[in-house]
Amino acid sequence: MSKYVLLRHRDIPNIKDLKVYQDQGGFEAFKKAVTSLDPGQVTDIVKASGLRGRGGAGFPTGLKWSFMDQGSWPHYVVANADESEPGTFKDREIIEENPLQFLEGVAIGSYAVGAQLTYIYLRGEFWQLAEFLDGKINELEKEGLLGENLFGTDYSLKIHTHLGAGAYICGEETALLESLEGKRGQPRLRPPFPPSYGLYGKPTVINNVETFTNIPLILEKGADWYRNLGTEDSAGVKVFSLSGRVKKPGNYELPFGSTYRELIFEHGGGILNDAQIKAIMPAGASSAILRANDKVLDTPLEYASIRKLGSDLGSGSVIVIDETISMEWVIKKTVDFFNHESCGKCTPCREGTYWMSHLTRQIYSGEETEEQIQLLYDVASNIKGKCLCALGEFSVMGVLTSIDRFPEDFGREPNESD
Amino acid sequence: MNDLLSKYPKEIKKILAKYPSEQKRSAVMPLLFLAQRKEGYIREQALSEIGQILNIQETEVASLVGFYTLFHDGKAGSYRIQVCTDLCCALRGSEDFLIGLCEALEIKPGETTQDGLVTVEEVKCLAACDKAPMYQLQGKDGISYHENCSVENTLEMIEGWRESGAPEQEETR
Repeated sequence: MSKYVLLRHRDIPNIKDLKVYQDQGGFEAFKKAVTSLDPGQVTDIVKASGLRGRGGAGFPTGLKWSFMDQGSWPHYVVANADESEPGTFKDREIIEENPLQFLEGVAIGSYAVGAQLTYIYLRGEFWQLAEFLDGKINELEKEGLLGENLFGTDYSLKIHTHLGAGAYICGEETALLESLEGKRGQPRLRPPFPPSYGLYGKPTVINNVETFTNIPLILEKGADWYRNLGTEDSAGVKVFSLSGRVKKPGNYELPFGSTYRELIFEHGGGILNDAQIKAIMPAGASSAILRANDKVLDTPLEYASIRKLGSDLGSGSVIVIDETISMEWVIKKTVDFFNHESCGKCTPCREGTYWMSHLTRQIYSGEETEEQIQLLYDVASNIKGKCLCALGEFSVMGVLTSIDRFPEDFGREPNESD
Repeated sequence: MNDLLSKYPKEIKKILAKYPSEQKRSAVMPLLFLAQRKEGYIREQALSEIGQILNIQETEVASLVGFYTLFHDGKAGSYRIQVCTDLCCALRGSEDFLIGLCEALEIKPGETTQDGLVTVEEVKCLAACDKAPMYQLQGKDGISYHENCSVENTLEMIEGWRESGAPEQEETR
C-alpha cells in the first residue's frame, strides 16, 4: 500500500511500467467504469468526492463534467499539461514518474463525458515527455486498454499528445483551445464556456494533469474515502511544489489541512542558511503575497482559509522568500514574466504590463521616488478587473500586495499591525 | 514542388492523422517543429509549404512563428542553451550561473560563440523551479532538460561537443 495518492512512484518503484501499474490494480477502475457504470454515474462519483480542479482555479471537477452540452456532439477532452507558471513543477513529475495513473484518469474522464478523441496538450518544452507518453499510449493500445471497442463494449477512445511551442498563456483554457486549433494562443471571450463551445466549437472538458491523476483511485476506493483524506472545505490531497529559499525544494503531497509550517520547515527543511522567512507566495508568480507571520504559517492549507488570509491556494506552488530578498526585486521579476507572456489581445494587460515593467525596473534600480511607487500602484489598480483573462489579473497581484503588505521595502512607513 | 512534403512524407502523414480530417489546421505547430528540425530555424519557403499542406495562408503560418517562442526564424548556434532566470530559479542562483557561463564563453546573453556552436539565451519559466540553476538544450535532437547545473559541468559538455567534431546527432522525432 502506498501512502501516496498521486506521487505513488515514491514508494512503488517502477509504477511507470504497465505490468507494475496493473499489479497495483491499474486500469481496473477504467475497466469497471466502461463495463459497469453509466457515464453519468462516473461523473456523480467524482462530484461526490469533492475533487476540485488542481490547475489553480479550484472549480469542482464533477460539476464541470456535468455541464457538457448533451445536444451538441462530438465531445472532446483535453488534458492541460502546459504547466508554465514560475513556481509550478508538479505535473511534470506526475507525467514522468506516474504516467499510467494520469492516462487512466484521462481515459475515465473521457468516458464520463462521452469523448472518443482526447488530446493531451503539453508545453513545447516537454518534448521528451510527449515522446514518453506516446510510447505509453502505444503500449496501452497494444494491450487493449485504449483503442477500439474497449473491453468488448462499443466505447472507443483515442488519445493523442499535442505540443505547444512556448507560451504561458496557453495554460489558459480557451487560449489552449485556440492553440490546439492551430492558431495563436489568445483567450476567447467567455461565455460561452468550453463545456458548451470548446475545441472545434464542440463541448469540451479541460482539466489539469493532477486533477485527472486523482480519478482512478477515487473510482477504486470511493468518493467517501477521498473526501475523508482532506478537510470539510477541501477534499483529498494536493501536490505542493515548494521552491525558493528553502533547503529542500521539491514536490510534496500533503492532505489538505496541513500547514505552511509543516510544508516549509518539516518537509522543506527550513530556510536556506537558517535565515528568517519573510514572505510566502502561495500560488506561484501570480500570488497575492503573504507576510510569513505565525498566523499565516499555522493556517490550514485549504481553499477557503488561504482566501481568508488574502491570497489563494491556486495550484499549490509555494515560493518562499527570505529576509535577504527585497520585494522590489520580487515584483520586478514577476512583472517581467507577465509582460513577456502577455498575449497582446487586450489593452489593459498588453500596455499595463509594459508600463509596470518599466516602473518596477526603475524602482528596483534605486531611482525610485514615492511618486513612481504611487504611479505603479495606480497602473496596477487600473489593470485589475479589466482584462480578458486571468493573466492580466495575475500580473498585478504581486505588485499590489507587496506595496500594501511590505511598505517598508518601498521606502514607506511599516504597517502598524506587523 | 513542396520540399517539406517530399522530405518527410511519412512524418507528415502521421501528424495529420492525429486530427479530424476537416481540422487539418491543428497540424500547423507540429509541422513547424518538423520544418525547424534540420536547421534549427524555419526558412521562409517552409511557411508557404506548410500553408499549402494545410490549405491556409502563408501569413497565418508566419504569425505563429512570431507568437511562439520555441519557433525561430533566424539561424543561431547548433545548440541553444536556454537558461531560466525567472523568479524561482533566480532565488537559487540562476542569474549568476548565466553571467558566469556567458563570461566563460566570451559572449553576452543572446549571442553565439565564434565557432557557431552555442547560443546562450535567457528564457522564462521552464517548470523545473526546484532544480535551479537549469536550462533546456534546443538542438537537432529536440529539447532536453539539464538541471542542478554548474558553469563547470556545462563547459565540460560544450568541450565534449567540440572534441567530437560536428554536432550531428541522430534524429529522434
